[in-house]
Amino acid sequence: MTRQERAQADPLQRRRIPISGVAGLMVIAAYLVVALFAPLIAPHGEAEIIGQALLPMGEGSLLGTDQLGRDVLSRLIYGARNTIGIAALTTALSFLVGGSLGLLAAVAPTWLELALSRIFDALMAIPYLILALVLLAVFGRNVTALVVILGLIDSTRVYRLARATAFPIVVSNYVTAARIRGESRSWIMFREILPNIIPPLVAEFGLRFSFVFLSISALSFLGVGIQPPTADWGSMVAENKTLIIYGSPAPLLPAAAIALLTVSINFVLDWLVNKAGGKQ
Amino acid sequence: MAASDILLGMSGLRIDGFSRGKRTEIVKGIDLELARGEILGVIGETGAGKSSLGLAAMGYVRAGCRFTGGSIDFDGLDLIGMTEEEKRRLRGHRIAYVAQSALSAFNPAHRLLDQTIETCVDRGLQTPEEARANAVELYRKLNLPDPENYGRRFPHQVSGGQLQRAMTAMAMMSRPDLIIFDEPTTALDVTTQVEVLRTIRDLVRQHGTAALYITHDLAVVSQLADRIAVLQHGRVVEIAPTRQMIANPTHDYTRSLWAVRNLDKPERRDGEPILRFNGVEASYGSSRALSEISFDVPASSFVGVVGESGSGKTTVARIVAGLLPISAGSVSFAGKPLAGLSVHRDRETLRRIQLVQQSADTSINPRHTIGQSIGRPLELYFGLKGRERDSRVVQLLEQMELGPEFLTRLPSELSGGQKQRVNIARALAAQPDLIVCDEVTSGLDQLVQEAILKLLIRVQEEQGVSYLFITHDMNVVQGISDKLLVMHQGRIVEQGFRSEVFSPPHHPYTERLLASVPQVDPDWLNRLVAADATP
Repeated sequence: MTRQERAQADPLQRRRIPISGVAGLMVIAAYLVVALFAPLIAPHGEAEIIGQALLPMGEGSLLGTDQLGRDVLSRLIYGARNTIGIAALTTALSFLVGGSLGLLAAVAPTWLELALSRIFDALMAIPYLILALVLLAVFGRNVTALVVILGLIDSTRVYRLARATAFPIVVSNYVTAARIRGESRSWIMFREILPNIIPPLVAEFGLRFSFVFLSISALSFLGVGIQPPTADWGSMVAENKTLIIYGSPAPLLPAAAIALLTVSINFVLDWLVNKAGGKQ
Repeated sequence: MAASDILLGMSGLRIDGFSRGKRTEIVKGIDLELARGEILGVIGETGAGKSSLGLAAMGYVRAGCRFTGGSIDFDGLDLIGMTEEEKRRLRGHRIAYVAQSALSAFNPAHRLLDQTIETCVDRGLQTPEEARANAVELYRKLNLPDPENYGRRFPHQVSGGQLQRAMTAMAMMSRPDLIIFDEPTTALDVTTQVEVLRTIRDLVRQHGTAALYITHDLAVVSQLADRIAVLQHGRVVEIAPTRQMIANPTHDYTRSLWAVRNLDKPERRDGEPILRFNGVEASYGSSRALSEISFDVPASSFVGVVGESGSGKTTVARIVAGLLPISAGSVSFAGKPLAGLSVHRDRETLRRIQLVQQSADTSINPRHTIGQSIGRPLELYFGLKGRERDSRVVQLLEQMELGPEFLTRLPSELSGGQKQRVNIARALAAQPDLIVCDEVTSGLDQLVQEAILKLLIRVQEEQGVSYLFITHDMNVVQGISDKLLVMHQGRIVEQGFRSEVFSPPHHPYTERLLASVPQVDPDWLNRLVAADATP
């Protein structure tokens, strides 16, 4: 096969999912299964004390026990459920709020667009974690507050993206056509514009999911996120951090779980974004 | 022709494309020879394989396509077999390419001169100083204004015609043996096109460069080419010297290309005015776009509005459609004053005035099926739903000579002509009294143009709709308009019934527009140039 022929290889082959994408999809699927069926998979309960504290790996349980004598493996499995579930809820909320307002800003009169944008600019000007810490301290440390606060803070980025991608479409000929046909504002937002900005929004959804996931872990590590005894990966790292000094891998396991999921999501995203780019 | 005279030879060339899940052959065995210094015109409809042929002359295929057979020989080199690196060295040195849209081919962030000399300097063919002097010389030969300083401008600071010439300069920089022109004047106004054609022809002749000139416009190609090749469905159906081809086409398809544009609709002079402009003025920000525009559109009539870009004709369309408010004067529709912006018009008025926009590609939502797009006005204005709506959409599609299978297709699966039909069907769905057509036939092939115009006339006969038909091409409205408005710099310079405007004496500007429409006559450009020289 000459170089020429290889360069012109069958497009079908190029459309195949790349190996990184396949690996990412498999990991994500595995995480989802674990998250959904945690009670069936986990050998012990989420907060159940099964024996001595700080048992090393392999002695009585596969990954040993934590500082209170709870099974690390079981807590990892329940942690998947809590962390992923909360991150998904938070991301969904941020897209609902940020996406709708971003679309509205694109079609709204100038004064409304300016008002919305300055509010979101102001929110974006405050460092993410600090704002979240302050708000969580004020509104209490429960899961609902966590989801709402992180969702709203995150919606600022979604708002920006939705607004920016919608702008070129607002001035397109088909939106002009809809406007002079006498369509309502909501028809133009959700029926004319939204379907055309879905590809960048989907790509952003995965990315934001990763970020929210990391934020929840970070907040849990700082002690204001998901509260004990609920297992989540961020607080598991925090709870066991001193063990690193003694050469135990226990705190690294939840950290590795976080890292693996984030990398997998990005693999899948790269593939999706490339695919969408190739279509154009 | 001696073998050594042949610069480019294609034999049995085949190219495959991949679309909608299956392979289709785009080029089906083409044999072609191009001598040194010869200009070969390649003509055919959209989808005939013209552009694929042009790219193949550089040893290149579009993404998703591949060579499946035959050979391309460029001055003893095998273009298909050589490596990418070898091809890269040929391109921009011995073979150059001038694309259709100069605006999208230039980088908006760099000055024209830097872009003109970039390839040449990069390849080490000329030092930057030599290249700059060379570029200025080419700008001069291409009649660009102030050639010394022309290259200091950015692409957005010059007109489309000038940009197309700058691109020709870029292609000529390395004194290539072969230039491929892919529809270089299609996007230009008729008057600009004449200037670009003339300079391209003179420059290519002067340097003895061979050229492949690809176009769908027979009149254009007959001004330049030594020989013309007619392409249909990926095959060369006829190839002959230009004069012979025009005087005596032998193939049926070639004859059909020659026979287009014989529309003739009897002129109507009656009808109550449905739309009336009275002393209308309008502006964009501080720049005035229209001054003292007054005209009538009688019911069931076809009113043509002609002029170059910037003449204000699209502004007229935007006012009628409710996209731009007027600053003085008055507009009335069906005897009542017409509200300025579309948001202030009631639904009934919106329904009665429909706009068909210039670019069919961008005026249908790419994420809506054709059924959704055409069905929406039916839902909105008549409350039709479900099966009732779909059966009406199928009727409209039939009226546009499209089958019911289009109901579920997406715009990306349609050709340019089909999209324009869908666009017109959507306007007709509202059962309007007035349709504003903004350049609906520009960018389409002659044959497709004619089919669309015939459709519009048929719809008018059946439903009595009026058209305000905006175009830059006098040719289009010649046989079909009842009334004509000729616009220049925001004013109407001449208006009247078709028979009045098209019969002498003409207003000087109308004269210029008429003279600029290319004729299928190899001597037309020469005569025009000669007429310009003798004031």
